[in-house]
Amino acid sequence: MIRSSRRLLIGAIAAVASLFGGCASLDEVSSSRLDLVKQRGELLCGVSGKIPGFSFLSAEGAYTGLDVDICRAMAAAFLGDADKVQYRPLTAPERFTALRSGEIDLLSRNTTHTLSRDAVGGNGVGFAPVVFHDGQGLIVPADSGVTTLDELSGKAICVGSGTTTEQNLNDVFASKGIPYTPIKYQDLNQVVGGYLQGRCQAMTSDRSQLAAARSGFDEPNAHVILEDRLSKEPLAPAVAGGDQRFVDATTWVIYALIEAEERGITQANLDRQLRAAEADPTQGALRRFLGVDAGLGRKLGLPDDFVVQAIRATGHYGEIYDRHLGPRSPVAIPRGANRLAEDGGLMIAPPFT
Amino acid sequence: MRRHRLLLQLVLAGLLLALLGLLINNLTVNLFRTGLGLGFGWLARPAGFALAETALPYAPSDTYLWALTMGWLNSLKVILAGLVLATLLGITAGAARNSANRLLRCLAGSYVALIRQVPLLLQLLFWYFVAFLGLPELPVGGLIQLSNQGIHLLGLNLSVEFCAVLTGLTVFTGASIAEIVRGGINAVPRGQWEAFRSLGLDEGLGLRRIVLPQALPAILPALTSQYLNLAKNSTLAIAVGYADLYAVSDTTITQTGRAIEGFLLLLLSFLLLNLLISGGMAALNGAVLGRLRRSR
Repeated sequence: MIRSSRRLLIGAIAAVASLFGGCASLDEVSSSRLDLVKQRGELLCGVSGKIPGFSFLSAEGAYTGLDVDICRAMAAAFLGDADKVQYRPLTAPERFTALRSGEIDLLSRNTTHTLSRDAVGGNGVGFAPVVFHDGQGLIVPADSGVTTLDELSGKAICVGSGTTTEQNLNDVFASKGIPYTPIKYQDLNQVVGGYLQGRCQAMTSDRSQLAAARSGFDEPNAHVILEDRLSKEPLAPAVAGGDQRFVDATTWVIYALIEAEERGITQANLDRQLRAAEADPTQGALRRFLGVDAGLGRKLGLPDDFVVQAIRATGHYGEIYDRHLGPRSPVAIPRGANRLAEDGGLMIAPPFT
Repeated sequence: MRRHRLLLQLVLAGLLLALLGLLINNLTVNLFRTGLGLGFGWLARPAGFALAETALPYAPSDTYLWALTMGWLNSLKVILAGLVLATLLGITAGAARNSANRLLRCLAGSYVALIRQVPLLLQLLFWYFVAFLGLPELPVGGLIQLSNQGIHLLGLNLSVEFCAVLTGLTVFTGASIAEIVRGGINAVPRGQWEAFRSLGLDEGLGLRRIVLPQALPAILPALTSQYLNLAKNSTLAIAVGYADLYAVSDTTITQTGRAIEGFLLLLLSFLLLNLLISGGMAALNGAVLGRLRRSR
């Protein structure tokens, strides 16, 4: 009896499995995540939530920061309302799985654009343009007297796991033939904890994160960030790969923020500029950019006024930067490579034509 | 009636399989969409990351497979040491809870109560950041040296990360084992105590020779679950910087982008480990029961 029932069970298993194997639907592949976002009326945005200046839970209980404003600009451009965002705090190892499994629409979380992450044979995600040019650095206690990498030979270095920082650290130290012991933690808070407790003689992360972490130290001045840069870390938002429409839409919202800075269109003067463009038919480029002359938004599957909506929500790129990382913010990071190209930086938008 | 029940079971099994099928289907569709098939070729490529401590020689130029093996060995090291120490601690505390000495009873009772109320992750963070990283330089004699850079014990070099994980797992699991041992001892009829006392045996000897052997059949099955829990809980090691299998997999997954293969390997490794533990315990259980039956 037992044996025959088991045979029956196996038969049932096979039958059910084949039933489900048959209904693997690939129809959805051609549809874009953008449609889903619009249909849902809400953008699911993956952030870190733990990096002041980029994404951090404020005292009022809302996420703020440069990465958060990117989410808000996107929601404004896609849905006409910057508040239609649901934030998902993610750790570094979780983020690509969250993107791939569809748990989030957009990843706006200090993610370095690399070949392996971009390529279909790697993580296979689609990157939008860089929103912050960062670089990996090392922070050491000022009284240690360490100023170069060589002086860290044989020392323990605290590093976060599941990030490119770990690989960069090894690449640089191995190429220079400097031995070291990596102490790997999962979380930036634990990396900072290990460093401050003296487990490591140095801590490594992107310089922006080091600056942000140092702002929370009891004695920020007792720690120095070394001059050596271990890597270039262009941080960019990302969406799931193989979805050209969604990549395009996110790409051009970011370019719009940069173009707006190039044109000097701010949150404050937006309405005036908009009226001027509406009144003056000779301003072809401006009219196209602001959607007065329709056409550009539609090509992206977005409303024609998506640029206006984004700027109204967050201001242009420079305004976002100043709000969270400017000299008067708690996490002041000199703008450096993140200035507009015309000011000697790397930020530039292709033409809106 | 019997057929009825069989039908119900078949329906349940069918539903379960449908769910499994749906999950696998999702996985394949998603893998297809992102252009990734399952593959394990990356295991032979150089890992490119250093590890803080390894049981066998390892360099960043070694393969991912070797790096994962190092992680597995590190896990194994802390799990095996944890099993032994937690058992010793658990038996001691469990026996102490039945002790005639009031102070001992109280101590063991508060240990169990305190440890069982606090989440393991918190305890690990405490042991690491407060206890071990808070260590001052302490050259206690020539054979033992304590500092927050490592612990040197009779020629044995232990990292503070290893010590923190080991202590956390031992203390946490020891409390559960203590309760199991106490329960097992209580399950032995009071008459047995009275019997060995009337024979003039002292308490310790009676406990070891008379009571504990009879308590074993009640203790062993529950002990197995605690051992398995300890093995699984060891993955929390990453929180305190110990390079266990989970930590190494974590880095591997980020660098290769092979999340699904990485998690599959992780699952299989733990399955293997836990099957070994439960197999060993089942054999031990069988031997104990056999011996008990023969002695009756």
